[in-house]
Amino acid sequence: MSRYISFRDFDWLLMVFVLLICGLGVMEIHSATEHTKFAGSHIKQLYWIAAGIGGMFMVSFLNYQILLDRVHWMYVASVASLLSVMVFGHKYLGARRWVKLPGGQHFQPSEWVKLILILAVAKYFASLQQRELTWSDFIKAGAIVGIPMLMVLTQPDLGTALTFLPIAIMGLFLGGLKWKQAAAVLLLGGLMLPVAWFKVLKPYQRERLTSFMNPDADSHGSGYQVNQSLIAVGSGGIWGSSEGSQTHLSFLPIPQTDFIFAAFAEEHGFVGALGVLLLYFVVLMRLTQNAQTAPDRAGTFIVMGVVAVLSFHILVNVGMVVGFMPVTGIPLPLMSYGGSSVLFMFLALGMVMNVRMRRFVN
Amino acid sequence: MFGRDEKLSPIRLTAVQYIILAIFLLLAYGLWRLQVVQSGFYSAAAEKNRVRDVPILAPRGRILDREGRTIVDNYPSFTALLLRDSSRDISTDAELIGQGLNMDADDIRERVRKFASLPQYQPIYLKDDITPDELAFIEAHRNELPELDTIMSHRRLYPRNGFIAHLVGYVGEVSEDMLNLPQWEFYNPGDVVGKSGIELQYNQSLMGKNGSRQVVVNSHGKEMGQLEEIPAEPGKPLKLTIDIDLQIAAEQALEGKNGAIVAMDPRTGEILAMVSRPTYDPNALAGRISKTTWAKVTNDPDHPLLNKAIQAQLAPGSVFKIIMATAGLQEGIAKDMKVTCNGGANFYGRYFKCWVVAEHRVHGVVDLTKAIYQSCDVFFYSLAEKLGIERIAKYATMFGMGQKTGVDLPQEVTGVMPSEEWKIRNYKQKWYAGETISVGIGQGAIAATPIQLARAIGAIASGGILRRPHVAFPTDLPNNVVPAAVADEQRIPIDPKNWEIITDAMADVVNPGGTAAMSHLQGIDFAGKTGSAQTISNVLKAKMGAMGKAKFKDNGWFAGVEPRRNPEIVVAVLLEEGEHGYLAARVGAQVIKSYVEKQHRVPSKIAQNQKVDVGAVWTAADADDETLKGGHFVLDVMKSKRAPLAVAAPGLQ
Repeated sequence: MSRYISFRDFDWLLMVFVLLICGLGVMEIHSATEHTKFAGSHIKQLYWIAAGIGGMFMVSFLNYQILLDRVHWMYVASVASLLSVMVFGHKYLGARRWVKLPGGQHFQPSEWVKLILILAVAKYFASLQQRELTWSDFIKAGAIVGIPMLMVLTQPDLGTALTFLPIAIMGLFLGGLKWKQAAAVLLLGGLMLPVAWFKVLKPYQRERLTSFMNPDADSHGSGYQVNQSLIAVGSGGIWGSSEGSQTHLSFLPIPQTDFIFAAFAEEHGFVGALGVLLLYFVVLMRLTQNAQTAPDRAGTFIVMGVVAVLSFHILVNVGMVVGFMPVTGIPLPLMSYGGSSVLFMFLALGMVMNVRMRRFVN
Repeated sequence: MFGRDEKLSPIRLTAVQYIILAIFLLLAYGLWRLQVVQSGFYSAAAEKNRVRDVPILAPRGRILDREGRTIVDNYPSFTALLLRDSSRDISTDAELIGQGLNMDADDIRERVRKFASLPQYQPIYLKDDITPDELAFIEAHRNELPELDTIMSHRRLYPRNGFIAHLVGYVGEVSEDMLNLPQWEFYNPGDVVGKSGIELQYNQSLMGKNGSRQVVVNSHGKEMGQLEEIPAEPGKPLKLTIDIDLQIAAEQALEGKNGAIVAMDPRTGEILAMVSRPTYDPNALAGRISKTTWAKVTNDPDHPLLNKAIQAQLAPGSVFKIIMATAGLQEGIAKDMKVTCNGGANFYGRYFKCWVVAEHRVHGVVDLTKAIYQSCDVFFYSLAEKLGIERIAKYATMFGMGQKTGVDLPQEVTGVMPSEEWKIRNYKQKWYAGETISVGIGQGAIAATPIQLARAIGAIASGGILRRPHVAFPTDLPNNVVPAAVADEQRIPIDPKNWEIITDAMADVVNPGGTAAMSHLQGIDFAGKTGSAQTISNVLKAKMGAMGKAKFKDNGWFAGVEPRRNPEIVVAVLLEEGEHGYLAARVGAQVIKSYVEKQHRVPSKIAQNQKVDVGAVWTAADADDETLKGGHFVLDVMKSKRAPLAVAAPGLQ
C-alpha cells in the first residue's frame, strides 16, 4: 500500500498557490508592522508557516481512515479542551478563549476543534447509507457541531463559533438535505433570530453587528474600525497608494491580523486585491477538484469541510473589509498574522493531501 | 472500510463551486465599488485623516510712541488647546483639564460647544499664556489627555497699572456677536482681535495674517512630517502721536483722582497724551479671559473701562465762557460791555447767583477780560441774554460742541449743544428763555467731552483753526482704514484782535487775581480757563442737605494753552467731583510744565527717572529658585533704549 503514498501524488500545484498567498501575507505583515511595536511579526509568521508545513506533512502520512476510526475520542478530547478553557482559560479583552501552554505560548483550542469537527461530520455523513436525510440524522449532525459551538459562544467568541456553522451546512448539503428540510430550518432560524438578538447577544456584539451598516453614526466608537477600513481600501484606488497612509500612520486598526486585506488593498489597489481573491479562488477550485477525486464519501466530506471553512473565512473577512459584513474578529486564512490560524490551515491542508494521496486506493 | 459507497452527488459539488464563484464575484464587486467607483471620495478621506493644518499665529504689530519708543509689545507664550480629531469625549476630561489648567470645567465644556461648528482639524483654544506649572501638567498628561496640546503664540504685553490703558485698549477673542457683524465677517472664532481703543481702531493694520503648516499626523495626532508651510505675516507696527514723557506726566498728575486729561498739539491735532481714571489692567483682559474676570470689570460702579477723555459728556461749566466770549466779541456785543456784579442778577423773573457770593464778596464792575479771569457769572448771564440761544448755539457748534471730534478712537460720544430746534426735536417742548442764561455759563443741558473742549479752546487760541484730533499719524496708515467723517481742518474766521483779547485774559487766570493763580508757572507763557460744573441743580442739592453735598460734588474743569499766541499744546482736564476749577488747573499746569521742560531739554521734576514697568503677566519660581517673569520690560523715560524682554516661558528659545 505504501507505494500509493508518494510525494508524486502530493498536490504540488495547490501548494504553490497556498505558499504564494502566504508569501503575500508575510510581505504585508512586514509592511504594516514596520516601525510599530509589532515590528518583526513577519519573521514569527514565517516560523509558524514552517511549523504548519511540517504539521501538514505529518498529517498527510497518517491514513485518514485511521483518523476517522478514532474521531469519537478526538471529539471527546476537543469538548474537554473547550471545558478546560472555560475553567482555566486566560481572560483577555473580556473573553476567555486562550489557554497558556507550559512553553509560554497562548493556544486557542477552538481552532483545532474545527479540524475535529470536519472529521466528525465527515464520518457521520459518510456512514449514512441512505441518499435522503431523515430528521433524526439532521438533529444528530446538528448536535455534533452544536455542542462545541455553544461552548465557544459562551467564551464569548461569536466569530469563531460561527465558523463551525459552515462545516455542518456543507455536510448537510452534500449529505442529501431535502429542500423541505432546508426550508423548515431556515424558517425556524428566522423565528429564532429575534430571540438570539435580544437574549443571547451582548450589547457590544449587537453594536458591532449593526455598525457596519452605518459606520458614520459613531465614527469614533464601534464604527471607527469599519470606517478606517473602508477609507484604506477606497484610497488604494486601482493601482494602490504608494504611501499607504491609513496603514502606515496606524489609522487602520490591527492591520497585520483581521484587517490585513484592507492594508493589502490600500497598498496594492484594486488590481492587487483582485489578484489575491483570484489566488484564493484557484485554491478553492483545486480543493473541490480534490474532493471529486476522493477515494470515498468520507474523503470528499473531509475536503469539502475544509472548503466550507476556508470560503466562510474569506467571505466574512473580506466582506468585513469592504463593508458588507460586521466586524467579527475572524482572520483571513493564510494571510493574517497568528499561529493558531496558520497551524489550523496547514493541518487542514494536510488532511486534504492525505485524502488526495489515497485517491487510487480503490 | 467506508468503501461501500455510491459517490456523492456531482450536481451538489458543482453547485458548491458555483456558490463559491458567486461569493467571490460579490467580494470583487465590493472591491470595485470602493476602489474604482468611490476611490476619489475615500482618497480625500484618507488625506483628511493624515493631513492637518496647524496655524502659525502672526504676532500683532507693536504700538510705538511718537519717538518710536515701544508702548505695547508682544512676548512669546504657550497657549493650551484641544485637538478634536482624537476619539475622546472631551467633556468627560473637562474636570481633569480644568484642575490642571486652573480653569472652570463648565467653561471648558462651553468652549467645546461654541467651537462645535468648526471643522474637526481646527483646534479649540483653551487658555493663553499658561504658566510653567500648567505647561508641566500638559507634558505630564500626554498619554491620559492626548487631545490636550500647546501652541506657541505671541501674547500682547501692555504697560502695567493701567498706564495709557484707555487709549491703547486691549485685545480679546472675537466674540460670537462680533462675528455676526459685517466688518468682522472674515474673522474666525478663536481669532484674537482688538476690542477697544487703538487696538480696535487699527486692528486690521496691527493684526497681520496667520500662516499655516500642513503636517502629516498619525492616528494619535502625533506629527510625522511636514508638507507645506505658509509663513505668518506679522502685523505692522503703529506709531502714535503720543509722547511717552508727557503721557507719564499726565498719568501721574491724575493719579489717585477721577477724571481725564487730553493734551493735544492744536497746530496739527496730534494727541500728545490722553489719560482717564480710574483705569484697568489691559493685561488682565487681553486674550481669552474667564467670564468672572470680565463681569468684575464691567460691573465695577466706577466704570474703569470708560475712556472719559472721549466718553464722559458733562456740563463744561465756566470753560464754556471762552466760547461765549468769542461769540460775544465776534458779534460786536462784548467788546465794550460792562456789567456790575452784585453777586447775582434777575433774568426772566428768576434770580441767578454768581459763584463769588459763596466767598461772601462781589465782582463789582466787570468787563470781558475781568469776566474771564475772575470767571464772573453775572457778566456771562447778561452776554447770554444779549446773544440769545441761537447765536450761542451757532458759535458753539462751529467750535465742535455737540458733535464728535472725529478722533481716531472708537466709541467717541457727541456731547450736547442745546438750541431751540434741539429742544423741540428731543423734548417736543418750546425753549424757555431762562435756559439760555444757564447755558451762558456752561450749565443746563449743555454737555461736552474733554477732547471737545481741548479742540475748541485750542482752535480759539490758534486764531480759529479747528483741527481733527488724532492719535495715529495719518501718513503711516494703510489704505484700508476708513477715513474720518470729520474734516481734518476747518477755518472759523475770528478777528485776530478778538482771540488775542481772549488769550490775554486767559493768561490772567493763572496770574495773581485769576481763578487759578496758584497754578502760575514761572517763566512759562501759560493761559487757561477754569470751570466747575454742578452735577445736580443747587435747589436739589440744598434739599438733600449734607449728604447731597458730599455725594454730588461739582466737577472741576480746566482748559489751557502754551504759549498763549500760536499755542503748541492745549490741555483739557476733567476732575470728577474735583469741586474747584483751580484744582483741575493745577493738574493741567503740571502737564504743561513737563511739556515745556521737555522742549527746553530741562530734566523734568515730574517725570524724571520714572520708569514704567511693563508686563510681567505672571511670575513663577523655576527649579533653581530663580524668579521667572512672563513677559516683562521697562520703559525708560527720556532715553530711547529700553531693557530687553525677559524670558517668557521656560523652554522657549
